[in-house]
Amino acid sequence: MTDDKLREELSRQGILATTFAELYNWGRKNSIWPLQFGLACCAIEMISASMARFDISRFGAEVFRPSPRQADLMIVAGTVTKKMAPQVVRLYDQMPEPKYVIAMGACAISGGPFKQGYNVLKGIDRYIPVDVHIPGCPPRPEALLDALMFLQDKIERQPLTGPGRPRHLDVSAPSEFPVPAFGAHDLVPTKNPALWQEPPLTRQD
Amino acid sequence: MQTLEQLKVRLETAVPGARIEIVPNGSPANQPSLLIDREHGRAVAKFLRDDSDLRFDYASNATGVDWPEKTIKEKIKTRKIVDGVEKEVEEVVEKKTAAYLEAVYHLYSMALGHGPLVIRLRTENRSDKVTLPSLTPIWRSCEFQEREIFDLFGIVFEGHGDLRRILMWDEFTDHPMRKDYVDPDDYEYEPTPHDRVLERARLHYPPEATA
Repeated sequence: MTDDKLREELSRQGILATTFAELYNWGRKNSIWPLQFGLACCAIEMISASMARFDISRFGAEVFRPSPRQADLMIVAGTVTKKMAPQVVRLYDQMPEPKYVIAMGACAISGGPFKQGYNVLKGIDRYIPVDVHIPGCPPRPEALLDALMFLQDKIERQPLTGPGRPRHLDVSAPSEFPVPAFGAHDLVPTKNPALWQEPPLTRQD
Repeated sequence: MQTLEQLKVRLETAVPGARIEIVPNGSPANQPSLLIDREHGRAVAKFLRDDSDLRFDYASNATGVDWPEKTIKEKIKTRKIVDGVEKEVEEVVEKKTAAYLEAVYHLYSMALGHGPLVIRLRTENRSDKVTLPSLTPIWRSCEFQEREIFDLFGIVFEGHGDLRRILMWDEFTDHPMRKDYVDPDDYEYEPTPHDRVLERARLHYPPEATA
């Protein structure tokens, strides 16, 4: 179904034309169930987004699941300390595919104000693949809703075959990522090299 | 409440053998404290809690301080005979301060409404003899705070009962709040590095850039 004009004309006449992929992704994108957990102050904004004023249920994502087995979306809301990071990665591993991650707030995407500290993970994208990064300290609930809509667009556009298909339709794609271990001085390893590499530095002063 | 001088005399008579020193505080806060020797720390604390005039029933805060070894240059004026004439000569003397770890407790009395009284305990050094008596048996509120001091400064509290790390994980071996702690170099991009951050960023520059 590539002829958009024809489809528009048909829908005006009361005939709905669609494809299997569109129907499938339409269902997926309107029932993204987040995992119910919060790590720091960003969680307050996440809770606020789920309440009546901002009302995340308009997007079908109000069903915060208390079990990773029933969740589609992990909202990493807050500072990820190095002591907490293995548990976050383990929760991600326990979620069934298809699964998505929103890194919410400055801390979750880079360590934020604590990035020079010894005890804070400098971005959860070192260990798990992040789909949407939201900057802000903390981001407004509207920013979280915007990230959710961005993710919905991403899901809607995902082809079901070929490259770029969701991981649950790709047998060779990894669904679990190694959980870092507690080392004597730092987490071991300090990053997952398959997911995250240090950006090259060019500044020469 | 009595002055610290009166309190010091009282404590020394109440706990025989206790060596107590008043540590002045030159800052605007002007909150002098009592330095209590390790051996009698708990006996003094018990007296502070149980004495009917003092009744320090509430330890609001326990924290640690790291005092590494420092060399201090002092100018001392001495009279010397130079070429048969007595002259005032300035000499620079280098002194090394003792290195130790310190636990500081802030005590209040809820019953009598006075406080704070600041007491300090010092370890012998900051490498191998880092044991202090735990005051958790006297004030239960010290339990988590002494665990935190143990975690971040490495002071071992004897008689604590549950001395484990509280903030860092059990496998962690360092003490991050010590002055000589070197934190792991888990690089994170900085758009405008400066000072110490710049020094660390330099280590991550590509080899041809640093050459």
